[in-house]
Amino acid sequence: MLRISEHPILTFKHGQQVAFRYDGQELVGYEGETIAAALHAAGVKVLRKSTVLHRPRGFFCAIGTCSSCLMKVNGEPNVRVCVEKLKAGMVIETQQGKGDLREDV
Amino acid sequence: MRMFDVCIIGGGPAGLKAAIAAGSQGLSVVLMDDADHLGGQLVKQTHMFFGSEQQRAGARGVNIAKELVEQVTSLVNVEVVLCTTALGLYDDLVLTYETEGSYRKLSAKKFIVATGASERMLTFPGNDLPGVYGAGAVQTLMNVYGVKPGNRVLMVGAGNIGLIVSYQLLQAGVEVIAIVEGGPSIGGYLVHASKVRRAGVPILTSHTIKEAVGVNCVEGAIVCELDSQWQPKSGTEQRIDADVICLAVGLSPLTDILWQAECEMVFVPELGGNVAYRDSTMCTSKPHIYVAGDVAGVEEASSAMVEGELAGLCAAKSLGVSGAHLTLQITSARSQLEELRSGPVGDKIRAGLLQAHR
Ligand SMILES: Cc1cc2nc3c(=O)[nH]c(=O)nc-3n(C[C@H](O)[C@H](O)[C@H](O)COP(=O)(O)OP(=O)(O)OC[C@H]3O[C@@H](n4cnc5c(N)ncnc54)[C@H](O)[C@@H]3O)c2cc1C
Repeated sequence: MLRISEHPILTFKHGQQVAFRYDGQELVGYEGETIAAALHAAGVKVLRKSTVLHRPRGFFCAIGTCSSCLMKVNGEPNVRVCVEKLKAGMVIETQQGKGDLREDV
Repeated sequence: MRMFDVCIIGGGPAGLKAAIAAGSQGLSVVLMDDADHLGGQLVKQTHMFFGSEQQRAGARGVNIAKELVEQVTSLVNVEVVLCTTALGLYDDLVLTYETEGSYRKLSAKKFIVATGASERMLTFPGNDLPGVYGAGAVQTLMNVYGVKPGNRVLMVGAGNIGLIVSYQLLQAGVEVIAIVEGGPSIGGYLVHASKVRRAGVPILTSHTIKEAVGVNCVEGAIVCELDSQWQPKSGTEQRIDADVICLAVGLSPLTDILWQAECEMVFVPELGGNVAYRDSTMCTSKPHIYVAGDVAGVEEASSAMVEGELAGLCAAKSLGVSGAHLTLQITSARSQLEELRSGPVGDKIRAGLLQAHR
C-alpha cells in the first residue's frame, strides 16, 4: 500500500473516493488528487510507451513540465496526468504513439 | 482586451511577494499560475526554513505559503487566475495565455516573470525507467497527495534538497537505502545531513549512479566510486536494490518565456543555467519585463520572496508611483538581499550575480 496512513507533520485531506477506469480495469482514487497520484497509489507506474523505442515511461517532474506522463483521458490524447485532476468516471488509457487530435476540436 | 498595470507570471513565493508589493501601491495587478493553487514550490516544503527572522526562518514553507496567499487575496486590486499558462510575451505589451483549453490575451504595462525552476536530469543508462523521479516530484506525490513514491529509495545528490527529501521520505515511512553524492563532501547544511545520518542512512560521497536496472520499472541501481576527476573507479561497482531512484541534482531556471520575448540571456552556472541580464531594479533588457525568484537564478525561497518584493516595488516606481516610503522599502529589500547573500554560503550566488547584472 503506497498511501501514507500516518505522518508526524502532515494530515492529508482527501476528497471523495471515486471510481475510474484504467485500460479497462476499474480502480478507485480520491477526487482532487492528480490522475498520476491515483494511478501510482494503485500500483500503476508505467504510464505510456515512448514513441520510437517503445520504452516504458512514468512521470518524472510531477509539475506538468517534462511531458513524460502523457496519457489518453476521456478520449483526449497527450494529457499530462501529473497535473490533471481525477474525476469520477474518468476513462484513462495508455496512449498509442503520438495520439490523434479529436476531430471535433 | 483586458489591461492591467502589472502582470505577474508564476505564483510561487517570488510572484506572491511581487503581487503584494505592487498591489499595495494601489496598482491593478493580475497574478497567474498554471497550477490550481498558489504557493509554487512552497506548498510541499514541510521542513523548517533557514534564514533570518525577517524571512520567516523557523516557519515551515507550507505555512509561509498560506500567509502570503491570505495577504494576496485580501488585496481587492489583485486578481488571481489559476490553471492558466502564460505562453507568449510581446513587445507591444501583450501576453498570450491558455486557460480552460482556450487561447487568450491580455495587456499590461509591466510584466514580472517569476516562473521558478525545473528539475535537472542526469544521464545514465535506464534513466527513463518509471521509478526514476525528480526530488520535487517525490515531494509533490508524498507531501501534497499522501502517496509514497515506492518502498526503497536511492537518493542521488546530497545538497539541501537531497538531504531534506530523504528526511521527508523517512517521515513518510519510506526506507532510504543510501544517498550518493558525486562530490567529495556533502553540499547541504550539516544539520540536515546529521538528521538523516542519525536515522541510519549512509551518505556515500565521491559516489554516483552508473545505471538504473529494471525491465518495466526500476528494480535497482549500480553505483560506483568516483576518483578526484569525477571518473568512475573500475571495480567499485555495487548493486543496490531499490524501486525508486530519486534525482536531487539541482534545478535550472524555467526561462522559456524570457527566450521567446527575446530578453538578453547569459549562461551562468552559479545561478543554475541560462538567466536574463537584469539591472538593480530586476528589469531585464526589455523595459517592460522584470524577473524574480528562481527564474532569475536558482537560490532559496527567502531570497525569492525579497526579489519578488523588489521587482514589484521597482515596477511600481517605473509606473510613476513615488514617495519616501517606497524609496525606503526598495532600500530595505536591497539590504535584505545583501544580508541573505553575505558570508561564505553566498559566495557562489554573488559570483553568479556579478555575471548577470548590467
Ligand atoms: C526540496 C526543496 C527544499 C527547499 N528548501 C528550502 C529552504 O529550506 N529554505 C528556502 O529558503 N528555500 C528552500 N527551497 C527553495 C525554494 O522552494 C525555491 O527557491 C522557491 O520556491 C522559488 O520561488 P519562485 O517563486 O521563484 O518559484 P516557484 O516556487 O517554483 O514558483 C513558480 C510558479 O510559477 C508557475 N509557472 C511556471 N511557468 C508558468 C507559466 N508559463 N505560466 C503560469 N505559471 C507558471 C509554477 O507552476 C509555480 O507555481 C527548497 C526547494 C526544494 C525543491
